[in-house]
Amino acid sequence: MSAADTTTPAKVPPPRQAPPPAVPKAPRRRRTSGGAAVPWALLAPCLLILALVMGYPLVRLVTLSFQKFGQSQLWGFQPAESVGFDNFGKVLGDSEFWTVVVRTIVFAVGSVVFTMVIGMLIALLLQRVSGWVKTLINIALVASWGMPIIVATTVFKWLFDSDYGVFNALLSKLPGVDMIGHNWFASGPQGLAVIMLLVVWGAVPFVVITLSAGLTQVPSELEEAARLDGAGAWGVFRYVTLPILKPIVVMLTTLSVIWDMGVFPQVFVMRGGHPEAEFQLLTTYSYDRAFVVNDYAQGSAIALLTVLLLLGVVAVYMRQMLQIGEVE
Amino acid sequence: MSTLATAGRRRGKSKLGWNLLGLLVFVTAGFPVYWMLNTAFKPAKDAIDPDPSLFPTGLTLDNFRRALDIADFWGPVGRSLIVSLSVVVIGVVVGMLAALAISRFAFRGRKIVIVGILAVQMIPLVAMIIPVFLLLNDLNQYDKLTGLIITYLTFILPFTVWTLRGFIVNIPKELEEAAMVDGCSRTGAFIRVVFPLLAPGMVATSVYAFIQAWNEYLYALMLMSQEHQTATVWLGNFTTKHGTEYAPMMAGATMMAVPIVVLFLIVQRKMAAGLTAGAVKG
Repeated sequence: MSAADTTTPAKVPPPRQAPPPAVPKAPRRRRTSGGAAVPWALLAPCLLILALVMGYPLVRLVTLSFQKFGQSQLWGFQPAESVGFDNFGKVLGDSEFWTVVVRTIVFAVGSVVFTMVIGMLIALLLQRVSGWVKTLINIALVASWGMPIIVATTVFKWLFDSDYGVFNALLSKLPGVDMIGHNWFASGPQGLAVIMLLVVWGAVPFVVITLSAGLTQVPSELEEAARLDGAGAWGVFRYVTLPILKPIVVMLTTLSVIWDMGVFPQVFVMRGGHPEAEFQLLTTYSYDRAFVVNDYAQGSAIALLTVLLLLGVVAVYMRQMLQIGEVE
Repeated sequence: MSTLATAGRRRGKSKLGWNLLGLLVFVTAGFPVYWMLNTAFKPAKDAIDPDPSLFPTGLTLDNFRRALDIADFWGPVGRSLIVSLSVVVIGVVVGMLAALAISRFAFRGRKIVIVGILAVQMIPLVAMIIPVFLLLNDLNQYDKLTGLIITYLTFILPFTVWTLRGFIVNIPKELEEAAMVDGCSRTGAFIRVVFPLLAPGMVATSVYAFIQAWNEYLYALMLMSQEHQTATVWLGNFTTKHGTEYAPMMAGATMMAVPIVVLFLIVQRKMAAGLTAGAVKG
């Protein structure tokens, strides 16, 4: 009951949102005499909410990137006027943008490769260890998977603190190494490496657990047959295990790319809300343009370019989902 | 006989190697969590030791007291609770209806809806923050909990629809049909047959949705003022007059993480099974 009450104010949409679900509903109802009306009625609240919170902002994101929209437009002192491709021209003409693009891609590719390789190695290892070790690893993995990103970020900030961080203390225990006082965030590459470690640490558990579930489906007769035919451990993995796991691996890789291109709070909180130029990724860069420089239009243009950059990856993911019959 | 014994011994030896490697993975993966707890319960002076002891040096709740003193903790937690619970209730009820539509009815446009919902999940939230901010500004919902609740539905709703769909698909249609043959209406069959079977899945979905809403940072940061911040933003901004005091910060982190990790442990198995069901069909 209370659910219905709370829903009502949430889905008061701007008038233009109403038509989409209604349009397909009308003709169908006539044809199948009420048969299709039920599903569309069930879908209506969901589609209405998504149209308001997803559809409208998406459209606005596109229109914004073709407008001039700053502080005075935000407060309504000036109407937003269309400027064509000006924003894109400015963004694409800025060499800093390209630096950020390259940095984001390097960061995302690095995170994804480490996540997938480490995840696969741990999943394979889990098959070879004793039961109690498996349980221990699973507990550690699920605990780190369940950690809120913000909590994990603050913990890593503490681990890598220059003066009292345990990481520097441990490194200094190695003979001839004195890292006490070393500031990992003084340089962009080192700081981003720490952030990458944080991202990978948080992402590996999901990959391990999903791959482990997949590995149980690999028929052991196949692996055995390959072994009898003279395949080594690598051969069995390369020609038997991996091809069977391929759908899961593709799904996990695409998801990881999408998630790692969208890394934001980790960088933002690590740098105390003001990431330096050397730490900017596309997400923080777009945020910076919009909310620090107050150029909402350029910020939107950058966000839109990020989405376009991801479209190819999303397409692969969707195709995979369609292929494995999840979408039926 | 003897060859068998050596083979067994060799296997035992190689297992030992794998186990040692496994323990290394356990220690590495679990260390950040351990270090958070360790710091949180340490006496504050031991926390700022340049050569920290790797093992607990004492057990104190001082850091927790200090964390609660430094800034209002229960206000943000209360707001996070209100937002997360509302999002879960709306998300699961609305998501349930939609999941039923796409899993139990055949209609034209169904596939488009499914692909649409799947695609919507793929749009990075960060990219949407500018128009969402402007939208709430226009609707006069900036810095209001209702505004935050609506925006959270952006990512919770596609998730609940998709996950509940997965759970519904796994309940054989024949059960419902049998009930309908026995005289149940479609709604009656759903309430008496499907719903009880779906309940565990619904609980898992709700808990998982709750965790996602609770953990959200970016929208909470952007759409609420400092005065109305939620728990994640509270922790993200954790600084004192003396700069960052890590021991109370880890105490705050522990208070935020432990309930969530426990919830997560409870539903994780069910969710992992639901998420990967059918992924290796062939």
